[in-house]
Amino acid sequence: MTARIGVVTFPGSLDDRDAMRAVRLAGGEAVSLFHSDPSLHDVDAVVLPGGFSYGDYLRAGAIARFAPIMETVVDAANGGMPVLGICNGFQVLTEVHLLPGSMIKNEHLHFICRDQTLRIENADTAWTTEYRKGEEITIPLKNQDGQYVADEHTLDELEGEGRVAFRYVGFNPNGSRRDIAGITNARGNVVGLMPHPEHATEPGFGPDSLEGGRTGTDGLGFFTSAIKGLLATA
Amino acid sequence: MATILVHVMPKPEILDPQGKAVGSALARLGFEGIDSARQGKRFELTIDGEVTDAVLEKVREAAGSVLSNPVIEDVVEVTVL
Repeated sequence: MTARIGVVTFPGSLDDRDAMRAVRLAGGEAVSLFHSDPSLHDVDAVVLPGGFSYGDYLRAGAIARFAPIMETVVDAANGGMPVLGICNGFQVLTEVHLLPGSMIKNEHLHFICRDQTLRIENADTAWTTEYRKGEEITIPLKNQDGQYVADEHTLDELEGEGRVAFRYVGFNPNGSRRDIAGITNARGNVVGLMPHPEHATEPGFGPDSLEGGRTGTDGLGFFTSAIKGLLATA
Repeated sequence: MATILVHVMPKPEILDPQGKAVGSALARLGFEGIDSARQGKRFELTIDGEVTDAVLEKVREAAGSVLSNPVIEDVVEVTVL
C-alpha cells in the first residue's frame, strides 16, 4: 500500500509538477487534482502548490479559494486530512480561513529568490514528524507577497499553542512578523509555509549544502512525514 | 444601470509597503510637501437595475468577504456613484 497525495492545479499554479515529483521521490503516489473538479479522487492528503493562481489578482490566493475543489479540501481538512500549502498554497489556506493571518507584499518590495534557512519549531505536525524540533533546514524561498502578518493577539495565540511551525533563521527575507515562515492549525494536519520544500527533494536540483552544489534535500522530510503518518494510521 | 464604488484600504496598523514606496518616490521626484502615501483599491460595480437597500447590503457583504481581507484591509467606503 502507498499513500496517495493529491496536488491541486489552479490556473497560474507553477510548482504543481515539482510537488508531484517530490511526492514520488518520497515514496508516495502523486495524484493530479484540478481546481474545477470538486472530487479529491480518494487521495489521503492534499498539497496546494506555489505559483500565482489567477495572477494574484485581487489578493494572492483570494480567487483560488473559491474554486470548486476548495470546498472539498476544507471539509477534508476539518476532518483531519493532512493538507500542506506551499507559498501561494499557504496564501490560499489563509484566505479560506484554514489558517489565521495573511500575507502582504515583502517589506522591501522586491521579489526574492534565495536558499533560506528555517528552524523547525514544531515537529509534531502531519508534515514535520521526520524532523527534530529545533532542527535547521535549508530550502528555496521565492515570493513577492511573503510577509506574514496577523494581529498581536493571534500571534501570541500561535506562539502559545506551539503553532508557529517554522521560523526564518539568520535573515528574515520578507519582514514577516516574529520571523514566522510557516504555521499549523491546532490539530497539526493543516500546515502552510512560504519557502518551498518540494524544490529540495532530489540531489542535483536542490540548494547547495556541505556535501556540494545543489545537493540539498532538506525538503523531502515534509513528504516522508505525511506518507509515514498515513501508512501508520491505514 | 448604476455604479457602486467600493473603496478598500490597508488597515492603518498594517505596514503598507507599496504606499511607502510611492511616498518616497514622490519626495525623490521633487513633489514637495507630501509627507507620505498609502495605497488602496477602488472597485466599481455595475448594478443591473435599481440600487435598493437590499442591493447595497449585498454589495457590503461582498466588499467585506471577497473584495477585502479583513485581516489586512478595511472597507472604508461603499457609495452609489
